Amino acid sequence: MNAHTTFAPPTSAIRPNGAGAAAILAAGIGSFLIAVFAILADQSATIKSAMIFSRATGPLSGVTTSAILAWLAVWVFLHARWRNRNLAVARVSAFALVLLILGLLLTFPPIADLF
Amino acid sequence: MEITTRSLWTMIHGMGFGALYLMACSGALVELYRRYCPQSHSAFAARKETFLGVYLAVMAVLAWITVFTGAYVIYPWYRAVPPPGTASLAAFPQRLLLSSPQTSAWHSIGMEWKEHVAWLAPICITMAAAVAIQYGRDLRNHPQLRNAVLGFVWISLLSASTAGFFGAMLNKNAPVEGGPVIHLVHGESR
Repeated sequence: MNAHTTFAPPTSAIRPNGAGAAAILAAGIGSFLIAVFAILADQSATIKSAMIFSRATGPLSGVTTSAILAWLAVWVFLHARWRNRNLAVARVSAFALVLLILGLLLTFPPIADLF
Repeated sequence: MEITTRSLWTMIHGMGFGALYLMACSGALVELYRRYCPQSHSAFAARKETFLGVYLAVMAVLAWITVFTGAYVIYPWYRAVPPPGTASLAAFPQRLLLSSPQTSAWHSIGMEWKEHVAWLAPICITMAAAVAIQYGRDLRNHPQLRNAVLGFVWISLLSASTAGFFGAMLNKNAPVEGGPVIHLVHGESR
């Protein structure tokens, strides 16, 4: 995504917003991935079987664990890249909120079953 | 007066952690509005800024405990498969719900949505806590970050409410029961 960035001057009293933007976008991506992995596990028997990390909990264990690990990896990656920058947070957070709302909607079974 | 172990765990998960999280969400939203609404001119002390970060961090811990107890303690009991020839499905809630067209949607829509949407809550609130802790008083200078945090806390409340509503209705239609019985109080016989 095209987020306008500037490097914050080292003496700036206001902390750069990059770290916050990284956390927000990563949360949006993580929420979206929950829905994506759930749909994939529902549509493909191979993926469903691969997502069984815990036999007692079934595919839900793999869906959620994979999404959480991906969310944390994205967060660490974005944080390392953006922590000293000032970004167009409105654009980043709007994109993250869209992903979050998509995650919310795509976990709703009648919508998930459309795929 | 007695309660089964599975029923006790379901209460701890839903009425304990889950309900506490929902109440805490309301508190977080009120606190965020109170601090950062345009009409608020009061300067908060550093100690109070720390309080917001700690409050959100405790909420995040609560949210993670709720989803993990749900997925790894109660859900296996819910989805247990009855052995062939089982006459009563009372101890197998998922199969009990699916056995009747009047109740099957509680599983196919209710549980299928609840088991995934609930995980949005801890992700959202962990982000909110991280931002509040990282920025502290400086969050006052980042209105766009604050608005994003507020939006995510709202969605967190929505997803937790959805999970809570379906959890309550599922347990009403097909309670998770079984396991060792805990005797709470011995009643008097007449």
